[in-house]
Amino acid sequence: MNFFKRTIPLIIAFIMGIMMAFQYYVPHEASQSLLKVVTRWGITIAGFAVFIGAYSLFHLHWNKIKRKVPGWGYSNFVFFGAGITVIFGLYNGGEFFLHDKQEGTMFDWMYFNVQVPAGATMFSILAFFMASAAYRTFRARTSEATILLVAAVIVMLGRVPVGALIWEFLPPIADWIMSVPNMAAKRGILIGVSIGAIATSLRIIFGIERAYLGGGD
Amino acid sequence: MYKIFLTFILSIFLLPYSSTFAVEVDMLIPPSDFQAFDTPNDNGKSVSLRWPSSLSESTEAEYVVYASLRKNGPFTTEVLRINSKTMYEEGSDSNFHYMEIKPGKFFKKESDNTDGKPSYFFKLVMMANPENVAVENIASVTPKGNWFNWKKLNNFIILIAFSALVLWFIEHAKKNPNLYLRKISGLDAIDDALGRATEMGKPVLYVHGLNGMGSISTIAAVNILGRIAIRVAEYDTTLKVSNIDPIVLSVSQEVVKESYLEAGRPDAYVEDNVFMAASEQFPYVAAVSGIMIREKTAANFFMGYFYAESLILAETGAATGAIQIAATDSYTQLPFFITTCDYTLIGEELYAASAYLSREPLLLGSLRAQDIAKGIIITALVLGAALATVGIGFISFLFKAG
Repeated sequence: MNFFKRTIPLIIAFIMGIMMAFQYYVPHEASQSLLKVVTRWGITIAGFAVFIGAYSLFHLHWNKIKRKVPGWGYSNFVFFGAGITVIFGLYNGGEFFLHDKQEGTMFDWMYFNVQVPAGATMFSILAFFMASAAYRTFRARTSEATILLVAAVIVMLGRVPVGALIWEFLPPIADWIMSVPNMAAKRGILIGVSIGAIATSLRIIFGIERAYLGGGD
Repeated sequence: MYKIFLTFILSIFLLPYSSTFAVEVDMLIPPSDFQAFDTPNDNGKSVSLRWPSSLSESTEAEYVVYASLRKNGPFTTEVLRINSKTMYEEGSDSNFHYMEIKPGKFFKKESDNTDGKPSYFFKLVMMANPENVAVENIASVTPKGNWFNWKKLNNFIILIAFSALVLWFIEHAKKNPNLYLRKISGLDAIDDALGRATEMGKPVLYVHGLNGMGSISTIAAVNILGRIAIRVAEYDTTLKVSNIDPIVLSVSQEVVKESYLEAGRPDAYVEDNVFMAASEQFPYVAAVSGIMIREKTAANFFMGYFYAESLILAETGAATGAIQIAATDSYTQLPFFITTCDYTLIGEELYAASAYLSREPLLLGSLRAQDIAKGIIITALVLGAALATVGIGFISFLFKAG
């Protein structure tokens, strides 16, 4: 059993890892075709995996309804929302699923008038969370916190029109902070992340890192 | 005598206007050469055209290139039309024009070549207006794909060298397993966080991030999940793992189940605790935030790649009083995690976490190789900046992207 659960996945990871790493350096048409085929396979497999996700979601919420755990009423909305989305999606404005997706149907209405506003609402909460995080964080308790506070105030003021009204040099200083020390830190992190990603990829390709397969060695 | 004198005087007055009546002949001087060759380092669909500048170039003049599949024409397919004062070859100081074109877009069938690769014939024409046309020689080329992109040679050499370094240090670690590893507070705090959750009798929440299994950060997060799940199984605490991607969900379920098995607690594994929360970004955030508030999780782990939802998750968790440990390679979200979480692993510390927690010599060896590579890059950066300041671009050239 270990052969199918461990050895074969490791062999596949090794072959595909080496192949796709070298594919980057080969501009020939055959290499580009290989990349297209592999990408399409990945999309196809991901498409099948949607059923696994849907099963997990429905199974979890069905159990909550069955056991009447606290908050089980909200789980009904999962089935209600999924149900009417599937119904209107299959109805397809009267053309049903045998034809291409139609525009301006109830399916589109639900997406643009329910899901998009709900997502935008969640996104808009960010502004308030930023304010509360800033209130907690921008305290001059240590020297590093003081530098953070001063830099944050300069950048925030320098990015809005009133900053130029307060002091004409605020926007250029804010730009300098963003384009010099901030950019240096960002690039430093990126260099470390890139090297770490290559090392992690090599560990996975050569089968040294196997925790993603589950269990011990 | 009087008539001769009068003619002379009249000709002096008429001389400035004589050009108005004379016939002007602006002769275009065509370029002295015209070359077509296979574009290097490509997939065989591109052809490069190159020709020297002409003395009669002006803003009114144009270069037009016609193509044919036969040497004798007809040259009726126009593949290029540019102003004669544009598209100079980089580094030629405006002495040469250079263009890359894809002739396959203009021809649907292949040429008469026996080997099946189409040959193209090009004719360069210089035009100022329809009456003034200059014609140059015919150039031909058979484009073919290249098996190696030589512009990426430096990248390839660096990859091979770094790979060799990693493998060497992994071998070295087998003989000398006691490698020094600096302290990473966030990882040392994992045990404290799990202990706190156990004492409070509250669950531990693990959030992967939004990327799929193809992302290195998600693989690193799953590795950490395995190690955390073993300790959670030993402490008999509830572990909840929320997922946004179904493939990550499958892998996480397998990893957690195997971890419980390894800890000797297969009975404690609950499949519903590793679940799909939602498949979109903000519905996922809403679901996870709801879990944090309703179930009052004692410890939250945010491991992986995050986008705009990072602050919402971390602030909600902070509001519930949970201890929070975050690890991400997303530099845009790092500030939010640093300000709201108790511990934050920055960038590559996420990738090092698996080695740090397991202390396996093979994994530690690769960390040493990473550090050596970083040292080499820092040295190259400092040297390169200093040399570039005095006009020596050797190191910049070595690291130039292809």
